[in-house]
Amino acid sequence: MSDVVIRVENVGKQYRLGQVGTGTIASDLNRWWAKLRGKEDPFLAIGEANDRSKKGNSDFVWALKDINFEVKRGEVLGIIGKNGAGKSTLLKILSQVTTPTIGEVKVKGRIASLLEVGTGFNPDLTGRDNVFLNGSILGMTKQEIKNKFDEIVEFSGVERYIDTPVKRYSSGMYVRLAFAVAAHLDPEILIVDEVLAVGDAEFQKKCLGKMKDVSGQGRTVLFVSHNMAAVNQLCNKGLVMQYGTVIKHGDIDEVIPFYLQSSFGNTICGEALFESSDKPMQVKRMALKDQKGNTIDKPVSQSDSIFLEIDYDFKKQFKKCNLTITIKNSNAEIVWFLDRTDFHKEFFVAETGSYTSVFQIPNPLLKAGSYFLTLGISDSQEGIDDHKRDILQFEIENTDSLRVNRAGNLFLPVQWEMKKK
Amino acid sequence: MNQTEEHWDLIIKPQNKWYQIDFAAIWKYRDLLGILVRRDFLAAYKQTILGPLWFFIQPLITALTFTFIFGRVAELPTDGNPPILFYLAGIALWTYFSDCLIKTSTTFVTNARIFGKVYFPRLIIPLSVLVSNLIKFGLQFLIFLIVWFYYLKFSDAKMNPHWELLWMIPVLIIMMAGLGLGMGILISSLTTKYRDLTFLVGFGVQLLMYASSVVLPISKMSEKTQHIMLLNPLTSIIEAFKYIFLGSGSFEIYYLAYSFGFMIILVLISIIVFTKVEKSFMDTV
Repeated sequence: MSDVVIRVENVGKQYRLGQVGTGTIASDLNRWWAKLRGKEDPFLAIGEANDRSKKGNSDFVWALKDINFEVKRGEVLGIIGKNGAGKSTLLKILSQVTTPTIGEVKVKGRIASLLEVGTGFNPDLTGRDNVFLNGSILGMTKQEIKNKFDEIVEFSGVERYIDTPVKRYSSGMYVRLAFAVAAHLDPEILIVDEVLAVGDAEFQKKCLGKMKDVSGQGRTVLFVSHNMAAVNQLCNKGLVMQYGTVIKHGDIDEVIPFYLQSSFGNTICGEALFESSDKPMQVKRMALKDQKGNTIDKPVSQSDSIFLEIDYDFKKQFKKCNLTITIKNSNAEIVWFLDRTDFHKEFFVAETGSYTSVFQIPNPLLKAGSYFLTLGISDSQEGIDDHKRDILQFEIENTDSLRVNRAGNLFLPVQWEMKKK
Repeated sequence: MNQTEEHWDLIIKPQNKWYQIDFAAIWKYRDLLGILVRRDFLAAYKQTILGPLWFFIQPLITALTFTFIFGRVAELPTDGNPPILFYLAGIALWTYFSDCLIKTSTTFVTNARIFGKVYFPRLIIPLSVLVSNLIKFGLQFLIFLIVWFYYLKFSDAKMNPHWELLWMIPVLIIMMAGLGLGMGILISSLTTKYRDLTFLVGFGVQLLMYASSVVLPISKMSEKTQHIMLLNPLTSIIEAFKYIFLGSGSFEIYYLAYSFGFMIILVLISIIVFTKVEKSFMDTV
């Protein structure tokens, strides 16, 4: 009955802030004394949640606390969360690089972790030697590497340089070879940390494909990434972490919208002001208004238009200016990209001064759901830009359609001709 | 729920028991050990013209320097042996010990990056150091044997090798390896948090050499000094090595037994400390 391959029970990890090595002897002795008397570690009782932006009172923080979850065979679990949410610490515990302070993790099957590509690569050795070195560090036997060697080299696409020291490689080739080794590990459970951020688009696609294959073979994958599109594409389960705890665990379709909403304040954001900086071009204010001119603060009906008002400054003259708007849905997929030149067929010349513009986002067009809006102003002659990414958030609600769950991205009612013959 | 009956391949817990040394895992990763040894040799003399010849040049030049400074200039006694042979014998064995110690003493600090990314039994690293240095020692031992053979056959130097004790040589080498490994990984475990000891290693090893009869034969010391010198577990090993090949030196069976016991206890303690530290060092290194 049990298909659970990883069970995490009450796991917590405490770190001490500040410098290690100074003043730690005192707490070490304190700890040792408590242990000697059979008491609990005095420092385990203290410590606070790990919110790095706030100044805390304690020198001890819980990078992870009360983590409980299970992963079943064949699941591809995406672990998402902001920087410092505890994702990497969790992966480190799962890959046995460090131990939890409390709690335990139970694992079934061979586990391999890929927290970095090219661990242990020696720059002086040839590609061939490094394949063996890296492979055996990752836990393969010599025979396994030998059997897969040709496959690895072919996947990496650096066949011609395989007998050249890797220090002569371009960084792209280096990463390709390193990932190729890792991709040919055959673990039952694979743990991957943000390694896809490297390499060119073609190679990233290849890596994603390879990881999909792995999960297709019934293996379990744990994947950490900030790239929501990749997570969405690859994972079927998701886990959101915040301040060292798990705040959501479930199907990926629920988890990504939850994460995006929680990380953008969980409310509709209809207006944003920006402080002045010394940038030569700058967005000062963006606001979403309804037809009556009120700032949007609640869900909009899918048949109502939305107006985007923006104020922006130019500190000097620009000759080839443009404006763009990107609208993403709650899965972080871009559903609509607008470019001013689509309509006007030319760039505009901006004189020094403040401007204001209004765009209409026509509805009905977008289906019900949450959306994030990015605004960009740029000058293609000087290569200067100012982008405000995913700042505004609005929600469109279904007010008059009978269909509750809609596939696709658009809601564009058209008339259906029907005649009886 | 039959949770307790479920079989788990791996349980990750806060602290393992002190005696939990996973020898099975070390055996499983034996290929890694071999590949690390290979890496050491391939990487050591990359982009040199003389390449592996450096393995031979190093001890020869050291022995020549010793011969000149201690033998000719300071006129220190060498128990009636040809000075070059006397020093080569000491240096070969001593270098094996000191290389093992120095290289294993930085196991955690130099490998922090790899250790922070991948799990494998950490003991593999110091063990691979032991093996690569053993090969290096083998080459240097060869040099010694060639010079020794030359003096034995083609010169009138007085040498009485104790052939009957030749079987002791591997034991002596294992003892040197054990002492080097033990001290090295103990230091490396203790330096993850407090780095003070690292400063000691550099000059400490040098001082230890003078206290181990590499340069000075103990036969020229007073009875009392001899006993103090022999408290250093290395002294009796080096003395025995010279005794077997050159006929000089001394063969102190009780002190050798003491050194052997010292080595066994040191290795046990250091491996226990090492396995304890490897679980948590990523947080303190």
